[in-house]
Amino acid sequence: MPTVTMTSHLYRFFPVLGNRSITVPAGSVAEVLREVDAIAPGFTDYVLDEQGSLRRHVMLSINDSLVLDRTTLTDRVPDNGTLYIFQALSGG
Amino acid sequence: MSNMILLGTRKGTVIFDRSNGAWRPRPIAHEGIPVCYAARDPRDGTLWSSLDHGHWGPKLSRSRDGGATWEDVLSLKYPQGARYIVKVLPAPDFDPEAPAGKPEYAAATVYKIWNLAFGRADQPGRLYAGTIPGGLFVSEDGGDSWTLNRPLWNHESRGGDLFAGDATSENRWQGTPASVDYGVFEPGIHSIIVDPRDPDHLHVAASSAGVIETTDGGRTWQGRNHGMLNDYMPDPQAEWGHDPHFVTACAGQPDHLWQQNHCGVFYSEDGAQHWRKVSMPDAGVHFGFPVAVDAQDGRTAWVVPARADSERMAIDGGLFVARTSDGGQSWQAFREGLPQVNAYDIVLRHSLDVAGDTLCFGSTTGNVYLSEDRGESWRCLGNNFPPVYSVRFG
Repeated sequence: MPTVTMTSHLYRFFPVLGNRSITVPAGSVAEVLREVDAIAPGFTDYVLDEQGSLRRHVMLSINDSLVLDRTTLTDRVPDNGTLYIFQALSGG
Repeated sequence: MSNMILLGTRKGTVIFDRSNGAWRPRPIAHEGIPVCYAARDPRDGTLWSSLDHGHWGPKLSRSRDGGATWEDVLSLKYPQGARYIVKVLPAPDFDPEAPAGKPEYAAATVYKIWNLAFGRADQPGRLYAGTIPGGLFVSEDGGDSWTLNRPLWNHESRGGDLFAGDATSENRWQGTPASVDYGVFEPGIHSIIVDPRDPDHLHVAASSAGVIETTDGGRTWQGRNHGMLNDYMPDPQAEWGHDPHFVTACAGQPDHLWQQNHCGVFYSEDGAQHWRKVSMPDAGVHFGFPVAVDAQDGRTAWVVPARADSERMAIDGGLFVARTSDGGQSWQAFREGLPQVNAYDIVLRHSLDVAGDTLCFGSTTGNVYLSEDRGESWRCLGNNFPPVYSVRFG
């Protein structure tokens, strides 16, 4: 089962995701995010817009490869893979 | 008299409480999160903050216990199929008279929840929200669910019903620089006025489109920009493309509306059927963002003038508030208690409010000032707040 690792900033809004390992069934990025949303309802509203696309300053990678399909999130997260969720922080 | 002031700031929500004649700020709420608007629903005391997350998308946050705890409301979204015609920030060689090319469409997503308004006491769950890009959302259940007002979204001045297909008319709404932070150049709804006499009668204002009115509860909308003058467009009297910065109305005389526009201060005493420019540039009253109107007397209004329009700062380094009590025929400048040297503050569109004889404003320099004598003298509530995006009495 793949693992999901995310910026700790998201724990502020979803404490249930902190201090634990998140493992979900393998599938597309969209499916994996939906599984995380099942653990923490509302989660996808933070990383995706209402069209289901990745928000502008959110980056995903599967292992060390950036997710390229930011619109329909079809990239596959394999059984032994890790989906990383980053944010691009800047400014003051 | 109000006993609460809410500030929306770049680093969270600041609430002042008035106790024994003194205003004291609480520790900041939504710490570190930009808050573009914060207000209290006078009907049930619910506090609202519009969070402008840079990464996680705009969210409304609601407190039903006076600010002790807050919950995010995630239901304000464009429905599937909501599209708009993309505007592009004009390049230096932009020719406004060049023929329009083929429209480009984009699926709508909420970039900013810019403004909130509350229904009447006899509509306890009714709320309104204005967004970038240009949506008016309505809730009937206290914010648990929201619906896009489609007649305004599908208005012929914006290309018609894009849910149904391609544009059937020209999009005459312009984009606002306020949306550039989100990587787009789209108009936004920043002013929502509910007529206290008639819940089906609303005015909304969009930057950069103009004022729009409904008299049938949002089923149909009409532009209300007669008398407006847009100095920088080829046709200053065009029906659309005006740039209201903020529009407000007198609660006790709702046909008296005020508009601080990019191109001056405008006043209407006939429910926005006609506007009249009442700027007085020689007195410094012309450019600015906010305007506030007295709750009883529709001829009395306040503005915080700024140097027009590319500089956007206090005029000659001195901050002042101007008041008219005769519908803009004359203006009086009040400077007592406000800095008169080395002041470069700019006060944004939602950052001035009035409640009775008390006024408050905040600037992007983090200064907050209060007057308890109808704007004639001021005292500072603090100099080190984050940049202030909104000021509302609770």
